[in-house]
Amino acid sequence: MTTAPTSTSKVAADASGGSLRFYGVWLLGIAALIVLPMIFSSGGSLTSFSLIGIAIVFALSYNILLGQTGLLSFGHAVHYGLGGFAACHMMNAVVSHGWPIPLPFIPLFGGLGGLVFAVIIGWVMTKRAGTVFAMISLGIGELVASSSLILRSVFGGESGITTDRTALPKMLGWSFGPQLQVYYLIAFWLVLSAIAMYALTRTPLGRISNAVRDNPERVQFIGYDPHVVRYLAFCFAGFFAGVAGGLAAINFEIANSAYLGAIQSGLVLFSTFIGGTAYFFGPILGAILVTYLQLGLTNLTGVWQLYFGIIFIGIVMFSPGGIAGLLMMHRPLIRAGTLWTVIPSYLVAIVPTVALACGVILTIETVARFSGGDPINLFGIAFNPTSPVTWIAAAVLVVGGFFVARLTWRRIADAWDRAATVARDRGYLA
Amino acid sequence: MLELVVISTLNGVLFGMLLFLLSSGLTVIFSMMGVLNFAHASFYMLGAFFGFQLTKWIGFWPALVLAPLLVGAIGMAVERYGLRNTHKHGHVAELLLTFGLAFAIEEIVSMIWGKSPLDYRVPALLDFPAFTIFSTNYPAYKIFMLAVSVVIFVALLVVLKRTRVGLIVQAALTHPHMVGHLGHNVGRVFMAVFGVGSALAGLAGVIAGPALVTQSDMAASLGPILFVVIVFGGLGSLPGAFIASLVIGLVQTFAVALDGSLASAFGPLDPSAGPSVLTDIWNVTIAQVAPIVPYLLLVIILIVRPMGLMGTRES
Repeated sequence: MTTAPTSTSKVAADASGGSLRFYGVWLLGIAALIVLPMIFSSGGSLTSFSLIGIAIVFALSYNILLGQTGLLSFGHAVHYGLGGFAACHMMNAVVSHGWPIPLPFIPLFGGLGGLVFAVIIGWVMTKRAGTVFAMISLGIGELVASSSLILRSVFGGESGITTDRTALPKMLGWSFGPQLQVYYLIAFWLVLSAIAMYALTRTPLGRISNAVRDNPERVQFIGYDPHVVRYLAFCFAGFFAGVAGGLAAINFEIANSAYLGAIQSGLVLFSTFIGGTAYFFGPILGAILVTYLQLGLTNLTGVWQLYFGIIFIGIVMFSPGGIAGLLMMHRPLIRAGTLWTVIPSYLVAIVPTVALACGVILTIETVARFSGGDPINLFGIAFNPTSPVTWIAAAVLVVGGFFVARLTWRRIADAWDRAATVARDRGYLA
Repeated sequence: MLELVVISTLNGVLFGMLLFLLSSGLTVIFSMMGVLNFAHASFYMLGAFFGFQLTKWIGFWPALVLAPLLVGAIGMAVERYGLRNTHKHGHVAELLLTFGLAFAIEEIVSMIWGKSPLDYRVPALLDFPAFTIFSTNYPAYKIFMLAVSVVIFVALLVVLKRTRVGLIVQAALTHPHMVGHLGHNVGRVFMAVFGVGSALAGLAGVIAGPALVTQSDMAASLGPILFVVIVFGGLGSLPGAFIASLVIGLVQTFAVALDGSLASAFGPLDPSAGPSVLTDIWNVTIAQVAPIVPYLLLVIILIVRPMGLMGTRES
């Protein structure tokens, strides 16, 4: 993975002035979480916020593996799903036994569900890193997802396990029936988990995980066992994924085998990687974007997953640091005051790049709707997928857009190099 | 019983050889470039769909040649324009690129051909029972599949172990710079190997398409088993992949054919005897467990022999 420094080291570097800004960012985030549902109070946006909150916890937990420890997992949804099932069973048990456990504590049991599985299977899985770990995680993920359909008494077969969150003991008079209350519950756990996971990156374990990611042999030389470090990181990731699963179980009041499956694992990988793994806030950006796209695109197009695939491939090829990496690239330029020299070439590049994107969208939609014949609506212009005019327009946009865009991208690269050289001379860029 | 054993063995070997056809390409690519091609099963799927489409247009036999070539060309393009540029970001980025590609290919295929299974038929020339054992007709097409797999297997081994091309390929694995100094274009060797690996997957798709189901989720259902095969056999080991393919092919075929459960062997469990999970495990039939058998094998081999059957390298 990228060896870019994590934001943690930067915060540590500028101590006094930085701490105010550091806490400011967190407080701002918390304030935003509290205020958001007051501004966007419709049922639809509350549901979206809740889903995004869950996705953020899940993506952050995934980044403990991918970004912090360098473990690429294709089966992270196993912990998420088992957390969800654990939470559902716990909620049902609380109701049937009349235990005095209110709903806000349930995600903890979800976390334990994810943790227990990580503790059991993790020792074997984390023996090796890299490609082998990726393959094994894929196999284990498939194993658990397929087993969930066989063990009906635990996983409820195809239909899953249902529960009723309002039947639990009330806390502070909240019944958690309305979505708003569930949103605040998710927001509370989001803040709690985010702080805990951020704190984890600052502990010696977090730092040595980074070292294991970058150079396991050297870690071994200084007396740590990379296997143990990976195992511990895996357990923490499993716990927080379980918390996310528990939140999902509370939100949907159901847990089924889809929670455990490859699609869920793929989505969290997409979110984390698109957002950027090298910075703590990367997965947060990624989770927001991917969940938002997922909710928004499903209404617009039948092939939204293809757009995901294309965005993902684009990020892997052109910006492996993700969106966070792209944003943070500009920091030294802003400090050195040379960003303004780059912006004109950005503005020039926007036009052909957007044209290229429109061409690709038009091509995809033409093929997707060719047999159905539904018209394509792009910026208010209706295109008929069966008419040759549409194909020609799409081809012109793709080919023309690509060649012009490539020229403008080169311009950006040149302007960027000049700006970076100045920034380096002024001492803002290593 | 004997009938079951013979038929299952035949089918198991057939499935195993098919798995080997796929895992051989994957293994060669992995040992060359160190990158696990997540899209390998997608190339297999592309082979099946191209095979179907070309069969419709120009007949099965030309399709058998043309479809793998097309898939191979796509593979080469992926290597040239995708993987080679991603290489500087490390192996994980390369793996992720192929992961995104697998995702996109599945969507594109279901976009063009739809999500339901295609009517991809066995060619008329091979649509007859080859022989009859225990009153079961064994189709000639399956024998053909087996023959193709064996021929490819032997050809691959001969090319890799006995020819100059194999020598260069093997040397490029371990000493790319030296091979480059000797005047070979290592980049082109990599591209060719990736293309051949993809073409092998495509060929497997063309011949497996009519016998198995050709639909847009065939890559997603086969992909994970493929990775189990190469981890089980030992990453980068061709003989290991061969043994693992046969083992997994046979085990899974037999598991599907067997209807026994613990309950049928030892009698049903008293429902009050323990937790209901136990009853679940007790009553599940071997056929129901068949889909998870490869993954169970994976877990067992990881505990017993983490480097796989024939693997040598610890990564």
